Amino acid sequence: MAGTAIRRRLSWQRADVLAVQREARRAYRLSLRPPDWSGHLPGQHVDVRLTAEDGYTAQRSYSIASAPQQPGIELIVERLEDGEVSPYLTEVLRAGDLLELRGPFGGYFVWPAGDGPVQLIAGGSGVVPFLSMLGHHRATGGLRQVRLLYSARTFDDLIGQAELARQPSTVEVTVTLTRGAPAGWTGLTGRVDARLLAEHTIPPAQEPEVLACGPTGFVEAVANALLELGHDPIRIKTERFGATGGP
Amino acid sequence: MTDPDDAVARRLDANAAAGPLAELFTVDLTVAMATCAGCGNTAPLAAHPLYAHAPALVIRCPKCAAVVLRYASGGGRLRLDLRGARLLTVTLDGAAAHGLSPVQ
Repeated sequence: MAGTAIRRRLSWQRADVLAVQREARRAYRLSLRPPDWSGHLPGQHVDVRLTAEDGYTAQRSYSIASAPQQPGIELIVERLEDGEVSPYLTEVLRAGDLLELRGPFGGYFVWPAGDGPVQLIAGGSGVVPFLSMLGHHRATGGLRQVRLLYSARTFDDLIGQAELARQPSTVEVTVTLTRGAPAGWTGLTGRVDARLLAEHTIPPAQEPEVLACGPTGFVEAVANALLELGHDPIRIKTERFGATGGP
Repeated sequence: MTDPDDAVARRLDANAAAGPLAELFTVDLTVAMATCAGCGNTAPLAAHPLYAHAPALVIRCPKCAAVVLRYASGGGRLRLDLRGARLLTVTLDGAAAHGLSPVQ
């Protein structure tokens, strides 16, 4: 049984592309139906592979945005100007195409077990695995306290706006915009630093599980600030996805 | 834009190596605890910095930055260099919880 599951997870498979929809200024939501899918944990990722006619391949990891309870999977891909894979996924790929992927992978940066409080901190498209986690939390009627602090460049860069607007009472979402806010914006502005973390996240005394995801610079600054505030490093998990322009 | 040669900006977490490492290991190696052969620091492999732009995946110690693991696939070969890892500890309960079982 286990052997079969491992082979499935490892095999590249061609997923049906059901839809490619614009999600935010630079981000697109890919709805996929892998033919052989045994489910995922909230926070896991898949590897996507593109193959050129001459056999050259390029491979990237993308977090799954959808909750395990939803059929198929959704990825949210941010288009990087100098990217090798994301321009194809966001500009060329269409509904009806096939996309080669394998997974799900990664048992570390996933929704924490237990009933204790969870603090999520996202920079830019780092919010994607948290959409899966929040969807899972909502679908399972979880009672634990959850807070999301989400830093984006501008209002038009916000990913998952519709989902984030309809959260249960156990979930509190705080958004900060770092490069200008539209007229009438009542949320936060400015970068995530120790002061903003102290005011808008679950304090270390409550011993929350903290998950931070985003561009490398963002995540490392957040992790350092969390340590400064007195969070135990054992309860901080990070997922740095490199230099992508930043939130 | 960030300087593409800036190694710091290209640093990922080894969580992203879960797929490639699954080509070789039947358990999720990224949830294993890795002990650095250089300084003895122990941390989940997923929490190690990963440099994925080299010809091989290079995973370094989060404390002393020594190379803990190198992994490359290509040309019909998988190559693994574990000189920098004194010990890898896989917790089987954790592995089972992630849908995998230890090999018989």
